[in-house]
Amino acid sequence: MSDEPPRTDNILELTDLTKRFGGLLAVDSVSLQIRRGEVFALIGPNGAGKTTLFNSVTGLYQPTSGKVVFDGKDITGSKPHQVARGGIARTFQNIRLFDYMSALDNVRVGYHVRMKSKVWDSLFKLPRERKEEEMTTQLAMDLLRFVGIARHANNYARNLPYGQQRRLEIARALATQPKLLLLDEPAAGFTPQEKVELMVLVRKILARGITVFLIEHDMKVVMGISERIVVLDHGEKIAEGPPDEVRKDRRVIEAYLGKSA
Amino acid sequence: MSEPTTAKRPTLWSRLHLRERIRDRDTAIYSVLLIVALAWPMSTYFATGSSFLTAQAAHAGTYVLLAIGLNVVVGFAGLLDLGYAAFFAIGAYCYALFASFQLASSPLHHAYHLPFWLMLFVGMFVAAAAGAILGFPTLRLRGDYLAIVTLGFGEIVPQLFLNLDQWTGGINAIGSIDQPSLPAWITGPWAGATSIQIVPKFNFSFDPVAYYVLVVIMIVTAVILVTNLHRSRLGRAWMAIREDEVAAAAMGINTVTTKLLAFAIGASFSGFAGAYYGASFGLVSPDSFLFVVSITVLVMVVLGGMGNISGVIVGAIAIYFVLNNLLVALPSNVESLANAVGLGFLNKSSGDWPGLAGETQRLQFLLYGLILVLMMLLRPQGLFPSRVREQELKHDAVVEEETVAEQVPAT
Repeated sequence: MSDEPPRTDNILELTDLTKRFGGLLAVDSVSLQIRRGEVFALIGPNGAGKTTLFNSVTGLYQPTSGKVVFDGKDITGSKPHQVARGGIARTFQNIRLFDYMSALDNVRVGYHVRMKSKVWDSLFKLPRERKEEEMTTQLAMDLLRFVGIARHANNYARNLPYGQQRRLEIARALATQPKLLLLDEPAAGFTPQEKVELMVLVRKILARGITVFLIEHDMKVVMGISERIVVLDHGEKIAEGPPDEVRKDRRVIEAYLGKSA
Repeated sequence: MSEPTTAKRPTLWSRLHLRERIRDRDTAIYSVLLIVALAWPMSTYFATGSSFLTAQAAHAGTYVLLAIGLNVVVGFAGLLDLGYAAFFAIGAYCYALFASFQLASSPLHHAYHLPFWLMLFVGMFVAAAAGAILGFPTLRLRGDYLAIVTLGFGEIVPQLFLNLDQWTGGINAIGSIDQPSLPAWITGPWAGATSIQIVPKFNFSFDPVAYYVLVVIMIVTAVILVTNLHRSRLGRAWMAIREDEVAAAAMGINTVTTKLLAFAIGASFSGFAGAYYGASFGLVSPDSFLFVVSITVLVMVVLGGMGNISGVIVGAIAIYFVLNNLLVALPSNVESLANAVGLGFLNKSSGDWPGLAGETQRLQFLLYGLILVLMMLLRPQGLFPSRVREQELKHDAVVEEETVAEQVPAT
């Protein structure tokens, strides 16, 4: 990206990250560095440990060993809400929206972590709280427009079409004002048209100065938007590099692309 | 994106959107409730010549308060609490102990007579603290497991008050609890007086109209406060936890403190109601807070429409009416109905047949159960379920959307 921030240090560094479930080694001492302002993709066959790696970064799982350094701070073993507060937002492989809340409220929940009103402010609707609520509503509407689903602002999240639910999840994640956005298979189940729209959206997110780290199965999407790729197989990192290099890597072809390419 | 036009005139706009925020249906329910509440003491007094119905309404008000509080825990945050009566008990005992002669016969040997108006809020805070204490060990639990733990708490607390008889009098209950007093009060034809008068140095002394006015004010306050919370940062966090706890945590919501707050705030309304109950009843006994109270309040919440405050109020009134009027009056009503339609012979008891009235009496709770089953079959979502609310930006959202749609390149 040309409008990359001047700082060149890494936004996320994983060092020998390992997650073990009983006898299963889901993530096997994976190390990787994600630079500020890039689109970084994590690929690999089903069960390779991609989502486990995401969960270990965002605090849903406690890593068995290894280190997670985000923005220069060690966040290994932080609670999910602390990670979110720190500036990592995520979406889920199986969409996890707040079904019986409006799309607008879903996004406003995302702002929760940046809001300051306390219980007393809310109980008595103090002017400060009122102002913050209005501002949040405005920001949330802006985000819904940003992902292009503002017309659904008042619908229950569960009533949105599938593709728009994925967009809503992205909007909700963006509302936490992250520095790093983790997208877990954002294009799953998309039509070719929707995939193109998603790639446009990812570029727009990048233009906001947010680094994107994504898991994706669709090679067109991965090759189209990511600058660097890491390939995971059986929890192990088997390749890393720009799309063109990774595409030619023997082990990758064997493990993953071999079947289709 | 274009400047939001609404930001330019904040004062007028905020007024407007406050009005838009109130859903039409809610406005209707609240206005009907308010009109009925205002007309109730006067009209029932003229119709029946006594304040009995007002006293009953004042008692029903306790349940409305409880239902509003439980709705915070169950309806908003989705935490199933089967021991809610425990907080009610704590609030009631809190007032009873410090506003009666009870503590004179306790190891303290000194009776306290703290004013009701203070104890109302003390009861609230003590119950809130109890809610937080209960919440603490239960935070890791979800769904059914949580329900069992709260059930346990609901059993323990009345037992505690029963067995700490040195302090609470145990099974003998605490009686002759102080009545609230006010420097002045207005009385009028609604309370049997001939004209509107100002009474100085007013003592409630079981005056049903005074208690009725008090409970209506308490309910209105509770509704305003809970509605504010519902539409706030915290309210959304509760709903998010109800919908998906993992996603809520990933969005930066501290699920531990948020759930604790739900327990504490829900319990505080119960403590509020408890202090009122202690004063209005004048007697607090451990068996007024049994499991059945928790369940009744839960039924009110579920049947009224979980998560919707106005629905919950209607649910509470409806269930109170069914339990305390409909079912109580049913045997004699059935008896006179049988007489009227020429089936009077059914009213005579013979052998195993206790007469129609007696039989109805026996079937009372079967009928109650049937009414509940029927209501839930007909309206599984409750009488007035919560609806996604009209959003203030509804109109310009659609307009903006169309311009955005064109920006996405169609490839």
